[in-house]
Amino acid sequence: MSHSKASTDFLRNAEHAKWHDETLWMIREKRDLASQKVPEWENLRTIASSIKEHVLSNLDHLLLEFEANATKNGIQVHWAKDAQEHNQIVLDILKKQSCAQVVKSKSILTEECHLNPFLEKNGIEVIDTDLGERIVQFLHQPPSHIVLPAIHLKKRDISELFHQKLQTEKGNEDPYYLTQAARTHLREKFLKAKVAITGVNFGIAETGEFVVCTNEGNADMGVHLADVHIACMGIEKLIPRRNDLGVFLRLLARSATGQAITNYTSHFRGPEKGKQIHLILVDNGRTEQLGREKFRNSLKCIRCGACMNTCPIYRRSGGFSYQSTVPGPIGSILSPGLDLKKYSSLPFASTLCGSCTDVCPVKINIHEQLYEWRQEITKANPNHAESLSMKLASGIFKSPLAYRISGILMRKLIKNLPDSLIYNPWNVWGKGRKLPETPQESFRNWYLNHRKNEQ
Amino acid sequence: MSSRQEILEKIKKLRLDQTELPTIPEFKNPLNTEEEFKASIEANKGEIIPEEKLMSWISETGFQKILNFSQLINLNTSYAKIEDAHELDQLQVAIIDGQFGVGENGAIWITNEQVPFRAIPFITEHLVIVLPKNEIVSTMHQAYIKTSSQSYSFGLFIAGPSKTADIEQSLVIGAHGAKSLRVVLV
Amino acid sequence: MEQSRPHVGLFIPCYVDQFYPQVGIATLEILEKLNCNVSYPLDQTCCGQPLANSGYERETKESCQQFLNSFLQFDYVVAPTGSCVHHIKERYSKILNAPELQPSLNSKIFELTEFLLDILKVELQGTFRHKVGYHASCHALRGLRLSKSSEVNTAPFDKVKSLFGKVEGLEWSQLQRNDECCGFGGTFSVKEEAISLSMGTDRLTDHYEAGTEILTATDMSCLMHLKGLADKKQSTLPIMHLAEIINQIIS
Repeated sequence: MSHSKASTDFLRNAEHAKWHDETLWMIREKRDLASQKVPEWENLRTIASSIKEHVLSNLDHLLLEFEANATKNGIQVHWAKDAQEHNQIVLDILKKQSCAQVVKSKSILTEECHLNPFLEKNGIEVIDTDLGERIVQFLHQPPSHIVLPAIHLKKRDISELFHQKLQTEKGNEDPYYLTQAARTHLREKFLKAKVAITGVNFGIAETGEFVVCTNEGNADMGVHLADVHIACMGIEKLIPRRNDLGVFLRLLARSATGQAITNYTSHFRGPEKGKQIHLILVDNGRTEQLGREKFRNSLKCIRCGACMNTCPIYRRSGGFSYQSTVPGPIGSILSPGLDLKKYSSLPFASTLCGSCTDVCPVKINIHEQLYEWRQEITKANPNHAESLSMKLASGIFKSPLAYRISGILMRKLIKNLPDSLIYNPWNVWGKGRKLPETPQESFRNWYLNHRKNEQ
Repeated sequence: MSSRQEILEKIKKLRLDQTELPTIPEFKNPLNTEEEFKASIEANKGEIIPEEKLMSWISETGFQKILNFSQLINLNTSYAKIEDAHELDQLQVAIIDGQFGVGENGAIWITNEQVPFRAIPFITEHLVIVLPKNEIVSTMHQAYIKTSSQSYSFGLFIAGPSKTADIEQSLVIGAHGAKSLRVVLV
Repeated sequence: MEQSRPHVGLFIPCYVDQFYPQVGIATLEILEKLNCNVSYPLDQTCCGQPLANSGYERETKESCQQFLNSFLQFDYVVAPTGSCVHHIKERYSKILNAPELQPSLNSKIFELTEFLLDILKVELQGTFRHKVGYHASCHALRGLRLSKSSEVNTAPFDKVKSLFGKVEGLEWSQLQRNDECCGFGGTFSVKEEAISLSMGTDRLTDHYEAGTEILTATDMSCLMHLKGLADKKQSTLPIMHLAEIINQIIS
């Protein structure tokens, strides 16, 4: 389904769409307030962008440095070239532990790799422990936002869901009550789990440690009670020096939710005595993207979600309309790299307003990349009717005479066509808007009549 | 070829020009860091309390399942000897030391040195952190410089009680981790 | 005396030429009132943006060249649009694979209000007793940086409002969302019709609630979209392009 069809459906429930838009706008405003408290905010963005620029230009050396240091610390490092290999590595570790149940904290990478269905097919129960993710898991839905997975749901939806799944009181929508029910339910899972899977926010090459940020504490509850910690990391999540964390951690939570920092920022350098840490480095198309000069910058992304919160299209269409693991503006420049045909409508789901680029903490030129993907898509997926009309238009615009004639024709046509022909479903502009009044003469004609003699 | 080799080869083949790694400037923050830290902890829904208040809170609540891991505060606890983190599930109060705090966001740094089990700050129902008041820095930059030569196997910045806003953006304190954070400045 | 005045080429966007000639007339009259030596090259067509934004920038090489043929001769090129000016400055040297063009594009081509403020150093004097709703068109805002966007944390500035700083009686509407996009976006307005209408409606509501009496912008494309929406719902919201307002103020 194209983005435009999906968003038309989303907007049919006008009240819900309005609430979705206002809620995310509020988060954008929180981000603004938080960024204004940091006088060096714009400078931090520039520095963060340069650090990531360096990482992308030196990725192989940094990966080797990271692997060497992590290994020295007792972390077992694995490499996966694609999603399938990543999933197999996870399964192999679980099998070695004779594990039938695993707890998992938020990792968009594991969503990207479709890890959950793979593990389930292989007899492993996966329990997503982030509250928002557990909710969408119960509903058999993917997350609709990379930071706020259940943003598309209202509390009455969650109340009804928990009544069914957790036997909470019917009709009790109190968020505190519902959260406590989830706490009790998931606490039991944490205590039983032998293996816990997490994502990675940052991997530090210099020290071979990695950082996981949460507000709920679910990543830590999982890993510190389990015997084995599996951390899944996209290769682009590296940063060179430990001190670079100062820059990124000041930007991340403020950009994502308007908090100065997430509640917990855990640094894993080595396993607890008697336990294991496995870190899986995943490519899955990242080296391809690295090779695309115009789109390489998209790999700087630190998955804050600020671009989604600020995007007027995302707010009015919801994450599901993008049908990609990472939705919104950043998703629209990452996903076409994975499958150009499948995601060809995404770069067009934008007015190129540029707001996303202005909020991105690592200064990815998102709106420019959206424009560039449009050029690639029309070349790779030719739409013959459209291509023809573009060639026609080009022919008109390059010839002053053709342009004048077509202008006259167009204005005459619009003036003389009956309303029923203009305001019908075939004429999309006319469906929702009134056409402009057609003036008697163009500016050019007016100029010729009123000024030409003076030239 | 292993995937490791394949990935590294693919990157190498691109022959990208290495760009410069920027130096991070020293950002001076003129604010009173203790005041800033207090405001940050409160904004994160934590509480700063004096030592006396801690004792009276504990006796008011009648909590019995308390463990004190702090070197800075005297409180004898006769709650069980813990062999395994799972035994901490019923823990009501954990008292631990923090090494230092960060003014701009209320983050407190601890490492595996402060907690015999890494699960402690998360699994406990209520968390108390004892912090030397003259160990507060202003920004995260200073925090990382301060800890740059530390060796640890686990480090944590903790900035408040566990929280979530996943249900219609309503802030709920006490998701999976501690339901409260009290900071005692000594 | 004639030779010392810079020669200004007037660029009128294709849709303004065809549908809103009054905006072109106002622009010309402003420049004439300010004693500019203005010419309007008769062979101008379209800057090529609609095709380029649809993914066909490769089809616009000739129309880009047509534009340059008409306009590079002038000292300045002025247009009542942020969007076309941004497209030309941002993309032409890449589309034509001619980086040497960039300095001229940067120094010569201007959106009208920026030209008046920064080059002619105009301070508008006069009256305009209305509550004016300024819609910050995205390409003028985040493309040409005519004012500080709400996303960035830098010192505030607003070239358009500065230009009107001394005008008596003019009150700017206070909006809920200062710079959210109107939802036009060229072909976006038909490709993603539902969202386009939703975004436009929200802008209109913001202005109605703020008490806007006259809606204005640097770009007629945004105003065309918003007016089309308002008219369809049979609500009146008078629009005037900034050029029309400025022309009215300067006697």
